[in-house]
Amino acid sequence: MTPAVELLAVDKVFPGPVQALDGIELTVGAGEFVSLIGPSGCGKSTLLRVVADLEQPTGGTVRVSGKPASQARLDQDYGIAFQQAGLLEWRTVAENVELPLQVHGVPKARRRERAAELLEMVGLTEFARSRPGELSGGMQQRVAIARALAPSPSLLLMDEPFGALDEMTRERMQAELLRITGETGAAVLFVTHSIPEAVVLSDRVVVMSPRPGRITEIVPGRRPGTGTELAPDDVEDVRESAAFFTAITDVREALRKGHE
Amino acid sequence: MTPRRALPRGEGIGAAYLPPVVFGVGALVAWQVLVVALGVPSFLLPAPSAIAEQVGAQLGVIMSTASVTGGNALIGLVAGFVIGVALALLAAWSRLFGELATPVVLAASAVPIVALAPVFTTMFGSTTEVPRQLVVTVVVVVPVFVSTARGLRQVQPVHADLMTALAASPWQASRFVRLPGAVPYIVTGLRLAAPAAVIASIVAEYFGGQQNGLGSRISSAAANTAYARAWAFVVASIVLGLLFHLAGLLLERLATRSRPA
Amino acid sequence: MIRVRAAASAVVAFALLVGLWELAKAVLPDAGVSIGDTRVLPRTDDAAMPHVWTVLARLGEPEVAGAAAQRTVGEAVASGALFTLGLALGGLVIGGVLGAVLALGMARFGLLERAVLPYVVLSQTVPLIAIAPLVAGWGGKIAIFGQPWQPWTSVMVISSYLAFFPIAVGALRGLTSPRRADVELFRALACGWWTTLVRLRLPASVPHLLPAVRLAAAAAVVGAIVAEISTGTRGGVGRLIIEYAQSATGDPSRMYTAILGAAVLGLVAAAAVGLLDLALRRYRGSIA
Repeated sequence: MTPAVELLAVDKVFPGPVQALDGIELTVGAGEFVSLIGPSGCGKSTLLRVVADLEQPTGGTVRVSGKPASQARLDQDYGIAFQQAGLLEWRTVAENVELPLQVHGVPKARRRERAAELLEMVGLTEFARSRPGELSGGMQQRVAIARALAPSPSLLLMDEPFGALDEMTRERMQAELLRITGETGAAVLFVTHSIPEAVVLSDRVVVMSPRPGRITEIVPGRRPGTGTELAPDDVEDVRESAAFFTAITDVREALRKGHE
Repeated sequence: MTPRRALPRGEGIGAAYLPPVVFGVGALVAWQVLVVALGVPSFLLPAPSAIAEQVGAQLGVIMSTASVTGGNALIGLVAGFVIGVALALLAAWSRLFGELATPVVLAASAVPIVALAPVFTTMFGSTTEVPRQLVVTVVVVVPVFVSTARGLRQVQPVHADLMTALAASPWQASRFVRLPGAVPYIVTGLRLAAPAAVIASIVAEYFGGQQNGLGSRISSAAANTAYARAWAFVVASIVLGLLFHLAGLLLERLATRSRPA
Repeated sequence: MIRVRAAASAVVAFALLVGLWELAKAVLPDAGVSIGDTRVLPRTDDAAMPHVWTVLARLGEPEVAGAAAQRTVGEAVASGALFTLGLALGGLVIGGVLGAVLALGMARFGLLERAVLPYVVLSQTVPLIAIAPLVAGWGGKIAIFGQPWQPWTSVMVISSYLAFFPIAVGALRGLTSPRRADVELFRALACGWWTTLVRLRLPASVPHLLPAVRLAAAAAVVGAIVAEISTGTRGGVGRLIIEYAQSATGDPSRMYTAILGAAVLGLVAAAAVGLLDLALRRYRGSIA
C-alpha cells in the first residue's frame, strides 16, 4: 500500500539563515500513527507544515499518498488540526465541520449528513447548533478534529492539538483520538512535546534534535490495539504498564542524546 | 471606547447606575438652585426650568428642524458608509490603491472637513441640502474606511493556514474568512461614525445656507438673545446625537451578538 | 526606505487628486446635472471650480482688487491660519490639562469615575459644538479677573471644551491600563500611589493618550474655526472663510485659498501631535 507520507532528504532553511530541518528521512505507512517530539524550536511543527504544503522545503522531496505535497493539498488527501482549534466564531459547530466540504462544492444535503456523522463520531451531536464560543477548549478541539476528518482523508496532520488543555482533559482526548483514528483507519502525523502523550498514541515516536532539526532516533510507541473498537480501559492499561514506562525512558534518553 | 473595570464584588446593577444618576440629578438641581438663588443672568446660563419650558413651547419647530438636520445626517451616514466600505474593499484587493488611499485618509482625519461646506455650496447651490449631506458623507467615510480596512487586514494566522490547507481559492478565502471576520470592525466603524454624522450636520449649518436646521436655530436664537430658546435647541441636538449613537450601538450589538468579544 | 515610499505615495496620491479635479472640470458639464430640483453633479465652470493653478496663483495676488498697498491673499490666509492655530493649540493645552486632571481624579477615586465617566463618554457622541453661539453670547458682557471677555476667549473656551472629553477618556484608559501583575509588583515594592503613578501608570498611558490627543487636536481645530464664525472673531481663518465665501461668486479662487489655509492648519496641528508622538517614542510600547 502507498505510504501516507514519504520524506526524502528534506531540508528547510529560512531567511536568516536559519536551518530548521536538515536531511529528514521518514516514511509514515498507511494507517500508522507517528509522533514527532523534540525540544522547542527543533523544527517539528515546520516539518508538519512542510508535509501540509504550508511551507515549501528548500531541499529534498515530500510525497503524500504517493503524490507531491502540493498536489496532495489540492486533492485534499489530508486533514489538519492546529494547536488553536481555529474554529470560525460566526459559524455553528455543524457549519464549522462542513467547511472543508463547502469549499469543495459538496451539495448541502450531503454536507449536512456527513457533518452529523462526524459529530456523532466525536460525541458532540447535541452541540451541532451551538457556537464555538460556548464550547470548552477540549470540545473545540474535538470539533476541529471532526472538521479535519470531513473529507475522509487518509492522513491526519496534528500540530500539538492538545497543547492548550489541562492534563485530565488531555488524557481523555488522547483516548478519543485513538478511538476515532482506529475507526477511520487514517494515518496520523502528530506533533507534541509531551513524552507520555507521544508514547501512548503512537506506533512509532520520532525524536528530533534541537536546531538544525534532525531525526535523532525512532523509538517504538505503545499504541494500544489497531483498527478495532477500543475499550476505555485499554488506554488506561497501557498508561499503567511497565512497558509504557520503559518506552518513556527510551524517548527521554533519545531526547537527551540529541542535545549532545 | 469606554474603559471597563470590574465592579466590586457583592454590588449589583445599583453600583453601576446609581452614582451617575445621582450625579446627573444632583447637577441639574444644583444648576437650577444656583441660577435662581444667585440671579445668574440668562445670557450666561438659563435655569433648567426655563429651558424645559422653551422645549415644550418650541416642540413643533424642534421636530421639523431636527428632522432636517437628522435627515442630512442620515443620508450622509448611509452614503459615507457605502463609500467607505467600498474604498476599504478596494484597498484590500489592490495594494497600490491601499498605499495611495492611506495618506489621503490620514490627511482627511486631520483637516477640518466642515470647512468644505462653502465649496459644496458654490458647486451645488445654496438652496439645496446636498452641500451639507456631502460634508457629512466625507466626515463619515474616514472612520468607516479606517475601521473596515483594519478588519479586512485582521485574519487570524490559524484561519489563513486553514484556508491554504483546504486549497481554497482567494475568493473563497474572502468569502469564508476575511469578510465575516471583518463584520465586527465594519459595524464598529458605523457606530463611531453615527454621532459624528450628527455633529457634522449641525456644524455644516453654521457655514450658511438654508436656515432650516437645528444649528441655524441655535445661531439665530442666540443672536436674538433668546438664550433659553437657544438652549432648548441645544438640548434637541444633544438628544439627536444620542439617538444616532444608540442606533449605532444597537446595530453593533446585533451584528456581533453571536461572537465572543 | 519605507518612509521614502510612504512620502512618495502621498505625493502621488495628491497629484492624482489634482488630476481628478481637472478631469472633472474637463469632462462634467459646466452647469452640473440636476435631477428635478436637486443638483446631483456639481457645477464645474471656472466660477464654481477654479483651476488648481488659478487658486494657487491667487495666493500671490492682493487681497482686495484695486486698493493700494495691502497684503496678498497668501499673507491674509497665513496670518489668519496662524491666529486660529494659536487659539486651537491653546484650547488643546487647557482642555488637555483639565482632562488629564479629571482622569487622574477618576483613576484615584472609583466613585468619581462611576459617577462622571458615563457623561464624559457620552459627551463625545453629542454635538457639543452646538453651544458655540451661546458661548459667543458671553462676549463683551462678562469679565474674568478684571479682563473683559474677548471674542477670542470664547474661541479658546470652545476649543478646550472639545479637546477636554477625548483626552479625559484616553488618559483614564491609559492610567488604568497597566496589567494587574505590574500594579501588584509596585505594591510589593512598597510604592505609594504617587510613585506608582509616576513610574508605572503615566508611562503606560502614553500609547492610549496619543491617539486621544490626535483626536482632541482635530476637534480643537474644528472648534476654533466654528467658534470664530459664531463669535465673528476677526483675525482668524474661520472669519476669512465666511468673508471670502460671501464674495465667492465674484472671486471664487479666494474662497478656496481660505479653505486651503484651514486644511493646512489642520495638518500643522496633526504634525505637532506627531512630534509629540516622536518625543515620547520610548513609551510607545507595543500598541500601534
